[in-house]
Amino acid sequence: MTPLLSVQGITKRYGAHIGCADVSFDLYPGEVMGIVGESGSGKSTLLNCMAGHLTPDAGQVVFDTRTNGPRDTITMSEPERRMLGRTDWAFVHQHARDGLRMGVSAGGNVGERLMAVGERNYGDIRDKATDWLGRVEIDASRVDDRPTTFSGGMQQRLQIARNLVTGPRLVFMDEPTGGLDVSVQARLLDLLRGLVRDMGLSAIIVTHDLAVVRLLADRLMVMKSGRVVEAGLTDQVLDDPQHAYSQLLVSSVLQV
Amino acid sequence: MTEYNFAYLDEQTKRMIRRAILKGLAIPGYQVPFASREMPMPYGWGTGGVQVSAAVLTPKDMFKVIDQGADDTTNAVSIRTFFQRTAGVATTTATSDATVIQTRHRIPEEPLHEGQILVYQVPIPEPLRFLEPRESETRKMHSLEEYGLMHVKLYEDISRHGHIATSYAYPVKVEGRYVMDPSPIPKFDNPKLGDMAAIQLFGAGREQRIYALPPYTQVVSLDFEDHPFEASKADHPCGMCGATDSYLDELIIDDAGGRMFVCSDTDYCEARQTAGHKGKDAA
Ligand SMILES: Nc1ncnc2c1ncn2[C@@H]1O[C@H](COP(=O)(O)OP(=O)(O)OP(=O)(O)O)[C@@H](O)[C@H]1O
Ligand SMILES: [Mg+2]
Ligand SMILES: [Zn+2]
Repeated sequence: MTPLLSVQGITKRYGAHIGCADVSFDLYPGEVMGIVGESGSGKSTLLNCMAGHLTPDAGQVVFDTRTNGPRDTITMSEPERRMLGRTDWAFVHQHARDGLRMGVSAGGNVGERLMAVGERNYGDIRDKATDWLGRVEIDASRVDDRPTTFSGGMQQRLQIARNLVTGPRLVFMDEPTGGLDVSVQARLLDLLRGLVRDMGLSAIIVTHDLAVVRLLADRLMVMKSGRVVEAGLTDQVLDDPQHAYSQLLVSSVLQV
Repeated sequence: MTEYNFAYLDEQTKRMIRRAILKGLAIPGYQVPFASREMPMPYGWGTGGVQVSAAVLTPKDMFKVIDQGADDTTNAVSIRTFFQRTAGVATTTATSDATVIQTRHRIPEEPLHEGQILVYQVPIPEPLRFLEPRESETRKMHSLEEYGLMHVKLYEDISRHGHIATSYAYPVKVEGRYVMDPSPIPKFDNPKLGDMAAIQLFGAGREQRIYALPPYTQVVSLDFEDHPFEASKADHPCGMCGATDSYLDELIIDDAGGRMFVCSDTDYCEARQTAGHKGKDAA
């Protein structure tokens, strides 16, 4: 089987400082990959390099495109990459306001990607937006309200709806449950798990919350100082960590 | 008394503006940056349009200025006087006699002909500004033809008002490529933008942008399949000349709240009255 995403030797430096170094892995269709590690370990840097928000200094990010098969997204043209960014890829930011248009209604936020790919029927766009609000458990009566009137958890669910409406094949998430209350986190995690399963999504989730990867990720990469120090099936890594740093990470969580 | 160069601006500045105009004509709808000069009038008075007019006027031109369709507002009079003084050009109020027409907020009712130039005063040239304040991002959106956001604006309109409520500065797509703000003309005028025989030039002074439509350019107003564009106007005939095809202003005519609808294009209305047409409110 062709990997959906094949990452090879990704390195990103900030001046002399290393953001992430020599990261390689394959992600297969339907798989969810978790990336964990302490603050500053390079998780967001790696994610942003893969999603095209940062240009790495070295490496390839090969995506299996619908029309042309595997293509290196780092060397493809910017228009092509931006097109991927609003069709086959989705990006869920930690802070919903970074991923939403706060001055636009919930319906407009969800409809934007549809309009960006050429949908021109108002009724259809609105129906799809309303349907997606329902799928992320936001009442249809809120379709014309702005996200500024939503709670943090609702904003995050709206961001997810806005990203998934065009049926992307790969979702990048950076701390999607960060900054939310514990009970709100749990509900969001349940929702995400349901969506990933129902839509057969592939996803890469950055988090420092091991409970999140336990629930969502099939596989896990542990990062330290910009490098991957351990990778494997989630349960294996969490239950039987091999690397001393992973052991520390797992045990420090278990102590909480 | 101060001696001015012809049409106030120095030759080098006019050359720079002409280059921007030519580039604009070569890439219809594309916003060309230019180094806007201080003009002896405030920005709100159409300094962008004035600089474009200064760059295209020649001593033989016949110049007309309209503001909301009228030749006699303070703004129109002062710009007309400015070029009378600095360029010594002849002026007119007759649309068909003018070779250069500077306008704010309207396109004349009478169809323009080849050889004429229509110069628009533009306050905000960037149609994407409403939803995307970052200039770096809007420039990228234009260059990559990412115009989904324009429809988000129209979507918001319909969701709030039940129909597309944008009635001025209604966005258009030029030759299937650039999305353009036609300046705050009423959407009633949008259909005249396309396939026009005259050259159309747009000048934004404060924002330092010039854009253009060469003659006979395709211009399409954005819309949805189920909410098509409509060039609406008040559903009345003109009270003075009886015209049913012109854009109307609503005037309050007495203390009792009496109203009357009258052509916003004063030249058009007067010409019709002179030709014997009479509306129901005409004396
Ligand atoms: N724009 C930047 N300029 C310079 N250094 C940066 C920049 N962004 C990140 N870094 C550095 O790169 C390293 C990796 O940062 P990164 O943000 O990827 O970590 P992270 O694992 O996402 O951390 P966190 O869990 O706190 O979000 C850190 O040492 C950080 O200080
Ligand atoms: Mg981070
Ligand atoms: Zn009239």
